[in-house]
Amino acid sequence: MTDVPAESDTLIAKPMRGHTPRRGIGRRERAAWGFVAPALIAIAVFFVIPVVSALLLSLTDFDIYALADLGNLRFVGLQNYERLFGNPLFWTAMRNTVWFAVLGVPLAIAASLAAAVLLNARTVRWRPIWRVVFFAPYVTTLVATAVLWNYLLNTRYGVINWALTSIGLPAVDWLGDPSTSIPAILMFVVWKIFGYNMLIFLAVLQTVPDDLYEAARIDGAGPWKQFRHVTLPAISPTLLLVSIISVASFFQLFAEPYVMTQGGPAQSTVTVLYFMYEEGFKWWNLGSASAVAFILFLCIFAVTLIQLWVSRRLGGDHT
Amino acid sequence: MKPHLVLKPSAILLNLGVALVALLVMFPLAWMVSVSFMSTGEAATFPPPLLPRTFTLEHYRDLFVNQGMGRYMVNSLALASLATLLALAFTVPAGYAFAKLRFRGRDRLFQALVGALVIPGQIGTLPLFLMLKQMGLVNTYAGALVPWLASIFGLFLIRQYALSLPDEMLEAARIDGASEGQIFRRVVLPTLQPIIVTLALFVFLGSWNDFLWPLIILTDQSNYTLPVALAALSREHVQDIELMMAGSVITVAPVLILFLALQRYYIRGMLAGSVKG
Repeated sequence: MTDVPAESDTLIAKPMRGHTPRRGIGRRERAAWGFVAPALIAIAVFFVIPVVSALLLSLTDFDIYALADLGNLRFVGLQNYERLFGNPLFWTAMRNTVWFAVLGVPLAIAASLAAAVLLNARTVRWRPIWRVVFFAPYVTTLVATAVLWNYLLNTRYGVINWALTSIGLPAVDWLGDPSTSIPAILMFVVWKIFGYNMLIFLAVLQTVPDDLYEAARIDGAGPWKQFRHVTLPAISPTLLLVSIISVASFFQLFAEPYVMTQGGPAQSTVTVLYFMYEEGFKWWNLGSASAVAFILFLCIFAVTLIQLWVSRRLGGDHT
Repeated sequence: MKPHLVLKPSAILLNLGVALVALLVMFPLAWMVSVSFMSTGEAATFPPPLLPRTFTLEHYRDLFVNQGMGRYMVNSLALASLATLLALAFTVPAGYAFAKLRFRGRDRLFQALVGALVIPGQIGTLPLFLMLKQMGLVNTYAGALVPWLASIFGLFLIRQYALSLPDEMLEAARIDGASEGQIFRRVVLPTLQPIIVTLALFVFLGSWNDFLWPLIILTDQSNYTLPVALAALSREHVQDIELMMAGSVITVAPVLILFLALQRYYIRGMLAGSVKG
């Protein structure tokens, strides 16, 4: 993605530098700075400084006393990190978050891919309508649909348990049982987000020429073989990148447990971000909460590095 | 399309399957709307009723008259609109300049910004909160709007689109003696219009649906946005399914309608931002 702009920049830049009169360049450069300065200042003040300060803050004991009087602030080195690593709830939050990602990413991607393959079939009518229908949950307000799913998942009156019992399965205490709370929230999350990656997959699938499927059919390949040997190879680079991006987004679950379970039952849905929120804005341990934020960042950064490494490998394979 | 008019059985089955999935996907939203019109307590029965026995608007009335929903709606609307205007004002000129104007350090700056794109905004949440507290902006609209000013993603989106503007067009305007500001207003802005609509839509929906930041920064109930108010309401009124569904409808409907009206811009922009740079 980044090497395209670099190329076009040099193509434009080289011939122009020699020809344009100096005064024009000075004026244009000043105008350019006028255009970018507000955005750069905003990014520096409200993004770069807070992110850097988060690291510094995580090395202090900033708490409710420091909030009242900065004189109470002390530098404590890595103590916040040490204390976190000794806190069982922190590890619970980490474990839950990993579970959310490990179960959620394959589920969400399988749903997206299945929907994309289904909609990409040649005989499907009114494709644009289905596309919008499948995508619609993605743009809905997370809090509102989380409240909605709370009722769908209700043990006694919920539609989901009604469906289960009417086909003879036992009712499940979805959000009240620590062993089903994560799958229950994931059902909601997958419903809400699968349309996003579906659109991306669909866009890629539509670049696969019909001839390839035709050829596979002539060779006697059924739907599954066509998927294995035509669809999957065409989509695999996207598939890999999308899954790694999804991991990063599953690391940042917050509103779902906040609205649906408040981290319960038995802390089975406390995520890292939820833990950070409680540590920071419920207990006002801002130093320790910043340490959590920074650890979360390192995890996401590690995933991103893997993403870059994978995409470079893939890019290398194709050229 | 003509040759497909007579559908084979397998095609009929496939279309039925698609329709079934669409029905499943739409069911929660349809159920939400239906329950919001039921009378109190009706949804808390087994088997769960799908349609209201008697149609009532009492919960909508209750929300606006007793629960201050009007106030939260104004807050959400004002914040999302202001966030959109501010984000556009900050990112559109910058995105254009990064694509088409030369200035020292441009490429290195841009690379740094792209690098920063991988840092999730949540990392800076706590220091940003403290900073705004120092500035007296906690519990104000201004405090809630601040993160939308610094949109690296928006800048990136505009730049990618602006790269395709023909240089000859800008050169011609310069030769005609137009200043850079005039060129931006009269030549660049009109051609950037589609991507501006896309970005505006992203920011408006993003701000409307945002939860964590308004939850932290808007401490006074009278400043709550719809999602924050709804989350608070749902803790008080867990049992009032019909009331909560009416609240959810009020929260979701504006953005869903906006998306349906402008989905072309949304989807095109989304694919431009993710599939290929």
